[in-house]
Amino acid sequence: MSTATATHEAHHEEPPRGLKRWLFTTNHKDIGTLYLVFSLIMLFVGGIMALVIRAELWEPGIQYVDPQFFNAMTTMHGLIMVFGAIMPAFVGLANWLIPMMIGAPDMALPRLNNWSFWILPFAGAMLLSTLFMEGGAPAAGWTMYPPLVLQTGEAFPFLIFSVHLLGISSIMGAINIIATILNMRAPGMTLMKMPLFVWTWLITAYLLIAVMPVLAGAVTMLLTDKYFGTSFFNAAGGGDPVMFQHIFWFFGHPEVYIMILPAFGVISQVIPTFARKPLFGYSSMVYATASIAFLSFIVWAHHMFTVGMPLAGELFFMYATMLIAVPTGVKVFNWVATMWRGALTFETPMLFAVAFVILFTIGGFSGLMLAIAPADFQYHDSYFVVAHFHYVLVTGALFAIFAAVYYWLPKWTGHMYDERLGKWHFWLSVISVNLLYFPQHFLGLAGMPRRYADYAVQFTEWNQVSTIGAFAFGLAQLIFVYVVWKTVRGGRKATAQVWEGARGLEWTLPSPPPYHSFTEAPEVK
Amino acid sequence: MSTAHSGYYLPHDAHWPIVGSIGLTTMLGGFGAWLNGADVGPWVMAAGFVILLVMMFGWFGTVIRENLAGLYNEQVDRSFRWAMGWFIFSEVMFFAAFFGALFYARVFAVPWLGGEGDKYLTHELLWKGFEAVWPLLQPPIAAVDPSANPYALPKGIIETWKIPALNTLILLSSGVTVTWAHWGLKKGNRGQLILGLIATIALGVTFLALQAHEYVHAYEELNLKLSSGIYGSTFFMLTGFHGLHVTIGATMLTVILLRAIAGHFTPDNHFAFEAVAWYWHFVDVVWLFLFVFVYWI
Repeated sequence: MSTATATHEAHHEEPPRGLKRWLFTTNHKDIGTLYLVFSLIMLFVGGIMALVIRAELWEPGIQYVDPQFFNAMTTMHGLIMVFGAIMPAFVGLANWLIPMMIGAPDMALPRLNNWSFWILPFAGAMLLSTLFMEGGAPAAGWTMYPPLVLQTGEAFPFLIFSVHLLGISSIMGAINIIATILNMRAPGMTLMKMPLFVWTWLITAYLLIAVMPVLAGAVTMLLTDKYFGTSFFNAAGGGDPVMFQHIFWFFGHPEVYIMILPAFGVISQVIPTFARKPLFGYSSMVYATASIAFLSFIVWAHHMFTVGMPLAGELFFMYATMLIAVPTGVKVFNWVATMWRGALTFETPMLFAVAFVILFTIGGFSGLMLAIAPADFQYHDSYFVVAHFHYVLVTGALFAIFAAVYYWLPKWTGHMYDERLGKWHFWLSVISVNLLYFPQHFLGLAGMPRRYADYAVQFTEWNQVSTIGAFAFGLAQLIFVYVVWKTVRGGRKATAQVWEGARGLEWTLPSPPPYHSFTEAPEVK
Repeated sequence: MSTAHSGYYLPHDAHWPIVGSIGLTTMLGGFGAWLNGADVGPWVMAAGFVILLVMMFGWFGTVIRENLAGLYNEQVDRSFRWAMGWFIFSEVMFFAAFFGALFYARVFAVPWLGGEGDKYLTHELLWKGFEAVWPLLQPPIAAVDPSANPYALPKGIIETWKIPALNTLILLSSGVTVTWAHWGLKKGNRGQLILGLIATIALGVTFLALQAHEYVHAYEELNLKLSSGIYGSTFFMLTGFHGLHVTIGATMLTVILLRAIAGHFTPDNHFAFEAVAWYWHFVDVVWLFLFVFVYWI
């Protein structure tokens, strides 16, 4: 029987070599690495699509690509960045960190963990294969609104099925994370002692299992509307295209918190370390995270203010949305209060964390502007919205991922990264990203609509600034790849604690940590 | 809480997940090709399904062997419990999407098409002559322009207090028999366990047979189809996905029956039985909602 492996063997175990290690691995660190590498590749794939968009928008008129392909780029860019880059990156961080943070030997369900990852490359390949199909890649926006999306060519069923696959992967990953956090904590690691990254991921995992199935249902209805004669989203048959938007955004709004709550967790780990102070207001952070998660289920229609809704609906969703500013404000306040009178140093993770606090807050405030229904009638589907969600997803989620990688990379690899190059990466990114997105606020307020390959001539200057920012930002990320590669290959040896102010179980393990994190449960005081 | 910490079983070299990914991708790829009109589509889809079946045989087989070898301690068992519980919750949310569509159509979409509230002008201009009723036998286009109507117009709907009511009784009874089987298992009475499982599976299969009969009746005699507008869409998608879940549940129960006959379960170690019983109750509860909101009111 191949099952004779008892845990005592695991103590002095080395990872197997070659391709088999990665294909068949059940190890949380290997799987975490796979997730992170996959998401980095997808970041560049989605990023190149973004550069196609920005290149075409360099000047008014049609320059490089035809409008159909332009729309395919915006659609694929959105889908790939959301499902291929940001979400898998956070699952990769969860895999690497949660078992180490709670004192567990591994994830609760290691085989399922392998499957959660190994569905992703197949789903990603299926999605990317639509670029080469008759009728082109999906071009109706990542939100897949009918009836437009039903005009997709041969790509249509593959769009739907890749979303199904991505959903299956996310649900299995989330179930694993919940089982791990609830069942694998070391003795003494009570819920309210858990690091905030673990807390935010526990709540995120609940969001995932609650809403990914709803997305699966919504796209299944699209599929049957196109091929099997149903009329969910067709008024002629008694359905309603707006109904899709309701179901989609019931998924979609929690989805944006799925992408930002783990980022909050990362920032809540990084700032205390470099402020050399415990996190200010730990329990209020936990409750704020839970409140945001709860509110995320009752605000979805703020994405649809202009689509036609009863007045009571507009009002309810407006006020409910504004409520989110309260727990989010608690968080921002706590981060700032943690830094207050701390012994601050500004290594690369801290730089990204501080930039996160400032720039995410800008994105939060523009979100508050968009929450005001009558104002949203002006901003809706303009570049103001594009600027808003890129501030929360790029300078928010992505910057938090950068902060996390720089923060834990020495722990993962056993080597310190090149601080000078890290700072170059940060400063180039933070300058270029603001060149890229800040002018889009002006463009949107001046009336430039999103998702068009062409624009009126008065928008030219700010579009050119934005495009320069985009290419600079894209190039700056090559530094990141180089820094990571260099750190994996070698560098100054990292100590177990790595950072002077670092607290938590993962810093009690050597750098790099053993293949199985805690084979004996650590004591948590 | 986690006292058995160092005894937690960690498997290595998981071969089956990648097989599962290949199976899923082949199946969905084949389905997509089929929908695009490729002749090989159904065959590729079937091949993918077979790969998935092989994967499930292999994967579950490995887990069963490991369990029988005593590799799983109490903490591993708890991981399985959490996982199964939240998996069922995700299934609940999948059904919630379709129930959401049903409620939205009944409460908002159809009345609005009929001119309710401030939608009076829309109704006058676009859907004049359409009457908002539920069950909706005549979709808006059929009322406005019968010559342009692509939908199958039903003559009637399934009567609540015939097959659906009987099916409710059958599924509720199957919930009782599976619990009775569980009692037998906990007492160490294998005869009661096996008998209870056989009764549960028989009730499940009867339910499916009646449901199939109802579908034939709907399609052949009532002209009530998936393409009958929003009523047919919600009716068949909800009952169809439920029927699929009953089929999956009955299949899992059959596996559990075979394992019970093979003597795999003991009064204090039988999570596989409980997981399937949970699933069966979930299918049962979904049916109650279907009965009330789809068939009855």
